[in-house]
Amino acid sequence: MRKVFSRPESLRDVPFHYCPGCTHGVIHRLVAEVIDELGVRDIAVGVGPVGCSVFTYEYFDCDMFQGSHGRAPAVATGIKRVLPDRVVFTYQGDGDLAAIGTGEIVHAAARGEKFTVIFVNNAIYAMTGGQMAPTTLLGQVTKTTPYGRDKEINGFPVKICEMLAPLDGSAYLARVAVHNPKNIINAKKAIKKAFQVQLDGLGFALVEVLSACPTNWGLDPASAMRWLAENMIPYYPLGEYKTPGRTL
Amino acid sequence: MSRVLMKGNEAIGEGAVQAGCRYFFGYPITPQSELTHYLAKRLPEVGGLYMQAESEVASINMVYGAAGAGARVMTSSSGPGISLMQEGISYLAGAELPCVIVNMMRGGPGLGNIAPSQSDYFQATRGGGHGDYRTITLAPNSVQEIIDMMKKAFDLADKYRNPVILMADGVMGQMMEPVDLDDEAPAPEVVSKTWAADGMKGRGHKNIINSLYVVPEELERHNRELGRKYAEIEAREVMLEEYRLDGAEVALVAFGTTSRVCRAVVERARSRGIPAGLIRPIALWPFPYDFIAAVAAGVKCFLVVEMNMGQMVEDVQMAVKGLVPVHFYGRCGGMVPAAGDVLKEVETIWRGGGEQK
Repeated sequence: MRKVFSRPESLRDVPFHYCPGCTHGVIHRLVAEVIDELGVRDIAVGVGPVGCSVFTYEYFDCDMFQGSHGRAPAVATGIKRVLPDRVVFTYQGDGDLAAIGTGEIVHAAARGEKFTVIFVNNAIYAMTGGQMAPTTLLGQVTKTTPYGRDKEINGFPVKICEMLAPLDGSAYLARVAVHNPKNIINAKKAIKKAFQVQLDGLGFALVEVLSACPTNWGLDPASAMRWLAENMIPYYPLGEYKTPGRTL
Repeated sequence: MSRVLMKGNEAIGEGAVQAGCRYFFGYPITPQSELTHYLAKRLPEVGGLYMQAESEVASINMVYGAAGAGARVMTSSSGPGISLMQEGISYLAGAELPCVIVNMMRGGPGLGNIAPSQSDYFQATRGGGHGDYRTITLAPNSVQEIIDMMKKAFDLADKYRNPVILMADGVMGQMMEPVDLDDEAPAPEVVSKTWAADGMKGRGHKNIINSLYVVPEELERHNRELGRKYAEIEAREVMLEEYRLDGAEVALVAFGTTSRVCRAVVERARSRGIPAGLIRPIALWPFPYDFIAAVAAGVKCFLVVEMNMGQMVEDVQMAVKGLVPVHFYGRCGGMVPAAGDVLKEVETIWRGGGEQK
């Protein structure tokens, strides 16, 4: 019998703590598959955030750091500058990257730091129990926007790819989603490119992954996938925002 | 070996290079600017990297990454910037990463001013950030000592896998003194760091740099292990200089800049028939409690002199345990105690028989 699917080597065989229907697991697998396919597990060093994916150091089977909230790009800068021949990546959520860590991500991109950022955007602070994130959509109900996000009070959701694109140091920026198989395949392609850009020494690479949080959205997993497609994608259009030498 | 005239700030930089440090991440702040100017020029000469970060918060996290990757790495700042670094220093202590952090102290609280001060004593010796941890804290008082101490600082950091803070002030930073210097910067010392997360490369297992322990029993075990390490540091790494304590009845205690003033005070007091001596803690943590306790058994009183409202004096009181009076003389805001004023204080105390006012 032919084995058609197995767990990537770069992912440890341990139970994930993620909620049912959460797409962190899918994104972990895609990153691990890419690390396997590029054959860089032995030289990979990852940095996890504070947030739902704080335990990434338990899940990826390569050297890992747990960084403080929002500072993974600074930690990765320290690692990559000391070890330029290693493959360095950060894995960050939207609260981590687009709120408290805005300064670090902007300046890592501006410096053209040669590492890869996996940015998981689920439009909510999930680990702390469902508060408004910088990426929460207008009108979206969260624990701290019980009447829906109001632009007069909370302003507008932050579009990270669009924000980083004008910086000369960013080489690859793409937004993908993981709510159905077709998009998961596209997401993997983008993640692989983002690692390849690092291997080629071309500059800063970031993939924003639109991700579902059924628990804190108050939806069942299938409805959460639909909610993502119907609400997040129109505001956060998918596609490549920048490829080496070209802003799209 | 050559003899050169150097500023304290430059000596920190050259001392770091001599100690094999090749990475600096920092953010501009007065009064440590000359140090960054020096290293920005010097580090590339020896194949190192000087990087200006977007903030002190970013700097200390770059240090966290570089230290976890196995490098000898440092940052420097002053009061407000060191405050911003505290979360990162707590992470470094929690994840047991070695690094050197220089604090060229300035006056506070708030923006205070850029004039010399010793008001970050509590912050440095009590951990400074959140959680239960300690940072080895060193306080040089001459440019030559700075050069030698940088090597010691990196060695201690590596030995104990713990952040080391070197504290001085604008006086020390600006002061020029002749120093003996190796002509060639030695190649960076290769310290085996089997714990570094630098890529598995056939190691067969992954390394993790982490300070998260979700299970209470595990965090308590970690806290106790750190506690054992701190106890070992307290037992082994006390550093002090004693000056004319023989027959002394008034023991002055001062560190850094004020210790230089107090040395002159001891001379002048002795010439006036007052048996004064000086204890200079070189390490502020671990603090020389036992030494001071032993001195307390033979003197009439202590006079602690600081450029703050009274911080190290609390450690001296803890060591003396009420056996004899502990007096305090402090100047702040950038005012450096004048030897004449401290001498007057010594004379007043001495005339009063060493009694507490």
